[in-house]
Amino acid sequence: VRRLLRRAGVLLAVCCGGMALWSAAAGGQDQPAQPPAAGDPALAQRGRDLYAQSCAGCHGEDLRGRKGQGPALRGVGAAAVDFYLSTGRMPLADPTDEPIRADPAFSRRDIKALVAYVAGFGGPAIPAANPDRGDVARGKEAFTESCAGCHQVLGRGGIVTGAFVPSLADATPRQLAEAIRVGPYLMPKFGERQIDQEELDDIAAYVRAARDPDDRGGWGIGNIGPVPEGMIAWLLAGIVLLGVVRLLGERAR
Amino acid sequence: MRIVERLALLLGAARAVRARPEQPAGEDADPRRRALPRDRAAELAVAVLLVAGGLLAAAFGVLVVAHPQTQLLGGVLAAGLACLGAALALASKRVVVQEVDVEERHPPPAEEDERLTAQLRAGTEGISRRRVLLGAAGVAGCGLAAAIALPATGLGPALGHAPNGTPWRRGKRLVDARTNEPISADALEIGSFQSAMPEGATTEELGAPVVVVRVDPQRLQLPADRRDWAPEGFLAYSQICTHAACAVTLFRYPVYEDTSKGPALVCPCHYSTFDVLRAADPIFGPAVRPLAQLPLALADDRTLVANGPLSGPVGPSYWGVEH
Repeated sequence: VRRLLRRAGVLLAVCCGGMALWSAAAGGQDQPAQPPAAGDPALAQRGRDLYAQSCAGCHGEDLRGRKGQGPALRGVGAAAVDFYLSTGRMPLADPTDEPIRADPAFSRRDIKALVAYVAGFGGPAIPAANPDRGDVARGKEAFTESCAGCHQVLGRGGIVTGAFVPSLADATPRQLAEAIRVGPYLMPKFGERQIDQEELDDIAAYVRAARDPDDRGGWGIGNIGPVPEGMIAWLLAGIVLLGVVRLLGERAR
Repeated sequence: MRIVERLALLLGAARAVRARPEQPAGEDADPRRRALPRDRAAELAVAVLLVAGGLLAAAFGVLVVAHPQTQLLGGVLAAGLACLGAALALASKRVVVQEVDVEERHPPPAEEDERLTAQLRAGTEGISRRRVLLGAAGVAGCGLAAAIALPATGLGPALGHAPNGTPWRRGKRLVDARTNEPISADALEIGSFQSAMPEGATTEELGAPVVVVRVDPQRLQLPADRRDWAPEGFLAYSQICTHAACAVTLFRYPVYEDTSKGPALVCPCHYSTFDVLRAADPIFGPAVRPLAQLPLALADDRTLVANGPLSGPVGPSYWGVEH
């Protein structure tokens, strides 16, 4: 028993020492880095505080990332931060989780503050897309070419190996433009010279139109493609056929 | 829900029709004692239904080629098959003799056998317009054959010649598959992709389409003999999946690979996944051969050009069976 107690004591001591070292290391970099350029100082300060609370654990106090936890945020710019925060994809409970759309964890004001803070380290501004200026037909062409492979032709989402592909049903034009320019998570990115502003507007117009498509067959069945349509057709046709068979047959005597 | 209600109504109506007494009143309902019908009206109806079904089926075949509109095609084929089904049901109820017989466990004595044979022969004697019915059945058969055969025209170009020869040669320019314009190296950022064709090729040439991706050149792990195939991180692979020839249209490029997956091309049909950094090595899914790689070079005006033919045959292995 005494030996056991001694072992437990040693273990406890090691744990305490480790904790002390860790807190010392963490305490040494308590304040996140000061951005080289900041617009509104009050906003940037608020962003800095929020960053320290919610983001620095994975992305690092100096925004240079932590190996195996999160990427560097220096130079990612306002577009990426606004996209991840306004769609509720960040913060993640576990850094290995796939970021998926959720209710934003921060208020609009706080998101603005965080965007201002991270954007102070450089990077692209928030892009915009205006569906009212876009052309739905041209948008469909561009969407089919660059987006539908993963997001499905009506933007209902799907899967790619290693990730779910989100539906675009709730994406605002701004979030759409941000995702196209930033290429979040496993999505490729598309620069100005690949998808220009005009095409971005077209895509936004098409995505808006595809939310409520003209279902020529009368019943959209979720617009997720031919498989559910076929299943429903077989189910209904199966019931009708059973009825017909019953009508045609005669009861054995 | 409305559809279910309508179905219930339909079934109810059908039951009501069936509930009408088929036998003259007073006669025993036992089908074994039912009188032989000689129902000329029913025969005519069957013939009309057969011809109508055949014509509708043929119309489907013609529409597939001439005016392929999904709703119209579905409606016409459904109507045609419904006519044929109704014709068969009516024929079995009203034209062909109904005979219910119980087969004994032991073989019947010879005279019983003869009686049965005679009865079977007499089965079709109730039919008076045999030729009309045969003709109508012929029309129905031809219509159905057309409905089955004509959609085969939608199967695309015949295999045999196309996959073997690809238009890719050294110096052939890559063009945007949609706009047909040359692809500038400055238009694609690291982490973007683009479908491309050889200049002047058509989509009928199955070996033509490639997908161009741009990755961080530091991370490339191409085999030694392909080191210079990817200038500035530009890679081009055949877009035809080596499993079942679908177009490989999904490209994933991670923001942060440590917590997600590496860059890969993915086929939307069966999710075969090809590691673009390692010469399209298949890492997931049913494909076992890598996509053929196209060596790239940058022209003086910084547009992408092929620097040689594709690294191997395009498409699934069964395309090469003849060779």
